[in-house]
Amino acid sequence: MLAEAVTVLADEKFVSGSLGSVAYGLAAIGPGIGVGIIFGQGVQAIARQPEMYNTIRQNMLLGFALTEALALIGFVVPFVHP
Amino acid sequence: MSAHLLASGGGAEFEAPGIDIFDWPPLWSGAPFWLTKATLIVALSAIIVIAFSWAAFRNPKLVPRGVQNVGEVTYLFVRDQVARPTIGKEGDAWMPFLFSTFLFILVMNWMGVIPVLQFPVNSHIAFPIVLALVVYVAMIFLSIKHQGFVGYFKNMMFPPGLPKPLYLILSPIELLSNIILRPFTHAVRLFANMFAGHLLIAFFASVAYWFLAEKLTVLGAGVGLVGFLMTIVMTAFEIFVQALQAFIFTLLAASYIGGALHPDH
Repeated sequence: MLAEAVTVLADEKFVSGSLGSVAYGLAAIGPGIGVGIIFGQGVQAIARQPEMYNTIRQNMLLGFALTEALALIGFVVPFVHP
Repeated sequence: MSAHLLASGGGAEFEAPGIDIFDWPPLWSGAPFWLTKATLIVALSAIIVIAFSWAAFRNPKLVPRGVQNVGEVTYLFVRDQVARPTIGKEGDAWMPFLFSTFLFILVMNWMGVIPVLQFPVNSHIAFPIVLALVVYVAMIFLSIKHQGFVGYFKNMMFPPGLPKPLYLILSPIELLSNIILRPFTHAVRLFANMFAGHLLIAFFASVAYWFLAEKLTVLGAGVGLVGFLMTIVMTAFEIFVQALQAFIFTLLAASYIGGALHPDH
């Protein structure tokens, strides 16, 4: 029973369609949360210390860029390895 | 030139543009294989950057006029937002590299929304790879020069002040992220943003063309109108993203160089 289920899951005939889109959706979850946290905390920090705006914005963009890379890799991989 | 439109035309049903819109053959038959639209636009971008900088800084006045104003604003932006916060006092010495990197990538990206050209060159991964490789080689060279070969890996893999067992996990991750993932994400970030943005604009534009011009029906006109409006909105958004990515690429390059010069922070 279990072995059957495993073979069914492993057989690619049973999994078809635009898997790349599904994979991108999954890959976007984590970075989506991360980017939300970064900008939420960034706005909060600016509200608390507006005079530090330049430093906060620079670090905010840096963190955004590093987080966003994960989602972008998820977007590119289906094109590279279909 | 109208690959977007051709991608949607032809068949009886609407067909979304795929990655074939990035494939440009040699400009004319019999041209050398490397002479495609992409390389032409890169050469054009380089000429634009050189001409702009020449016009702005060839004969600087104490009271800037005309194009010198734009040049100085751009220079000050890169210096105050990128070079000084990340590299520190030596930041000004790196300005020639950072300024030309920023301007070159900015112009190359903006080629994606300029009519007729309409091709962000960085959506071919070869170009971001070369740009990221320059920064990567500079980073490794400067790190070894300023920290020594052993010191470089020691600073990277064994930051002081952590419980001993943690190094078992931390060191391999740090090594992987610094040596392999850094140049990879540096290049892929720029590439994927341009790639996705171009694909998105092409999709909405071909929706608008298909439903408003090719197969105009009462029900389809609404869809076409949405596509038309989204094309305009996405183009505006792309102009912003292209500028942001040029800035982020320069910012990361500067922070890698800064990290190589000052390992402590």
